[in-house]
Amino acid sequence: MPEPTGVIHDIGYQRYTGPRLGRRHVFGALYLHGLRTVFGLGRSAKAKIFPWLVVGIVTVVAAGLTAVRSQIGQVVMTYAQFADSMSWLVIFFVAVAAPELVSRDLRSGVLPLYFSRPLPRSDYPLAKLLALVTALWLLLGGPQLVMFLGAAFTTDAGMRGVWNELLDLLPGLLYAGLWAVVFASIGLLVASLTGKRAFAAGGIVAVFLMTTPVVGVLSIMPSQTINELALIASPSTLVQGVGLWALGDLLVEAGQNGFQIGGFGPVYAVAAVVLVTACVLLLLVRYRKVATR
Amino acid sequence: MTLIATESLTKTYGGGVTALADLTVAVEPGIIGLVGANGAGKSTLIKILLGLLAPTSGRVQVLGLDPTTDSAGVRARVGYMPEHDALPPDLSAAELVTHLGRVSGLPRTVARERASEALRHVGLYEERYRPVGGYSTGMKQRVKLAQALVHDPDLLLLDEPTNGLDPAGRDAMLALVHRIGTEFGISVLVCSHLLGEVERICDTLVAIDGGRLLRADRIDAMTTATDVLAVEVSEGTEELAARLAALDLPVTRDGRLLLVPLADDATYDQILGAVAALDLPLHRLDQRRHRVAELFATREPSRA
Repeated sequence: MPEPTGVIHDIGYQRYTGPRLGRRHVFGALYLHGLRTVFGLGRSAKAKIFPWLVVGIVTVVAAGLTAVRSQIGQVVMTYAQFADSMSWLVIFFVAVAAPELVSRDLRSGVLPLYFSRPLPRSDYPLAKLLALVTALWLLLGGPQLVMFLGAAFTTDAGMRGVWNELLDLLPGLLYAGLWAVVFASIGLLVASLTGKRAFAAGGIVAVFLMTTPVVGVLSIMPSQTINELALIASPSTLVQGVGLWALGDLLVEAGQNGFQIGGFGPVYAVAAVVLVTACVLLLLVRYRKVATR
Repeated sequence: MTLIATESLTKTYGGGVTALADLTVAVEPGIIGLVGANGAGKSTLIKILLGLLAPTSGRVQVLGLDPTTDSAGVRARVGYMPEHDALPPDLSAAELVTHLGRVSGLPRTVARERASEALRHVGLYEERYRPVGGYSTGMKQRVKLAQALVHDPDLLLLDEPTNGLDPAGRDAMLALVHRIGTEFGISVLVCSHLLGEVERICDTLVAIDGGRLLRADRIDAMTTATDVLAVEVSEGTEELAARLAALDLPVTRDGRLLLVPLADDATYDQILGAVAALDLPLHRLDQRRHRVAELFATREPSRA
């Protein structure tokens, strides 16, 4: 009788003596997990539909703009204008992604599993916030890169043309970053208040869309000061206000009749900083409470 | 080394609710059963041990560390299985446990290896790649146990691990906990409101009620005095009682049952001999599990 060749050994439980990584790595793991969650990676096919639909739309729009520009030889939309015109898509993207990131964890009760680990309380919301900011920035910045590559390869001015194009791109990417930070911090704060994803999504859309009429009312008040400060009333117009001040003609072509912010540019910048800071602080307070439940 | 030590530990919640009152207890490594009725303060104690809640007063030490000042240090060496549902339904068990392993500080590849090891130890094999949402309650409890085990802790805190399980599932879970405590070399604190359940697997029993310590002792010190044999015969109970009394066995009656203190294995033979001699129909003869009431009633008055 031949000797058995394959023997299955139950080696039993193995203690772990290897390295245990520090806070930075843990934060990184949480951040990457969040980023994957936003785009539905590692989840069901259903969770991938919406994020990738939005990614598809913005990419197609960017590719279309590039194609038109190379044909007619005129800039149809600057990088910053592109970010502006995609803002409504970003709102819906946040409304789906933010509840996916935080409401789901609240509802399934998984948080005790996180907070019983050597994870500082503030790291969980901050990692999620950073993941959402990154996702939104990629969503707006990726297509800008497509537009840049298209423009760079079709430029007539050689390296100088590429350089000029790059100088146009960088403010666009920064502006996209501003969109990402403002939308992510508001969206995540709203989503962290409820475990029901539908409520969270509705709440986020409400915050962004319901404040827009306020801007409309304020901008037709019979006072120039109020008119010029009207954009502060809604997060999306606030971002545009900061853009108008910081980017000027990259966002609105000279002579075009849009919103006026007068000399209140710095006020808008401060308002944006205050808004984001307040949202982050409230988010941390919220998780201080949630962690001990 | 003392595993867990508390000294006059008190926790009062905002509304004036006292969850723990002057709790002083010290336990050695092993399997520890923490028993108490619902609301006795078990979960509060666990949260304090994890450093999630700060005690109102008193001192506490876990694995020689103070969770109020070094909560990260404690949590790195402790695994916690919560009482309630705690699993996101759309992730697979493998993915969830790997992720939580990484949050505990394991490197990526190690986390993946240890996650599948931990899931294998709790008895989940191919199922681990399916979303947790489709799991049975028993499987979910196993995943919760696996995630507490993935980072190789020195102490496991299990809050009602048999919650929602059927009798077979309870037995399997208890056997698993016992194996972790004995073969894996990990100390375990098992919380339960069912004494009969935890006493089967633990070395040490800590009973609390209303946030106060009822009793904390090694289980062998508790059981010897209280083990009794319960004998039930369909007829002739009186005759059997007389016969056993004649054999110098201190018999007591409890309804239809005769209770005989279990001295050693010879007691069984003596009873069986008596039943056979009288030719009575023996209904049952079993070692009776002492009940919470018996166990603590004897001790209670002496404390007061």
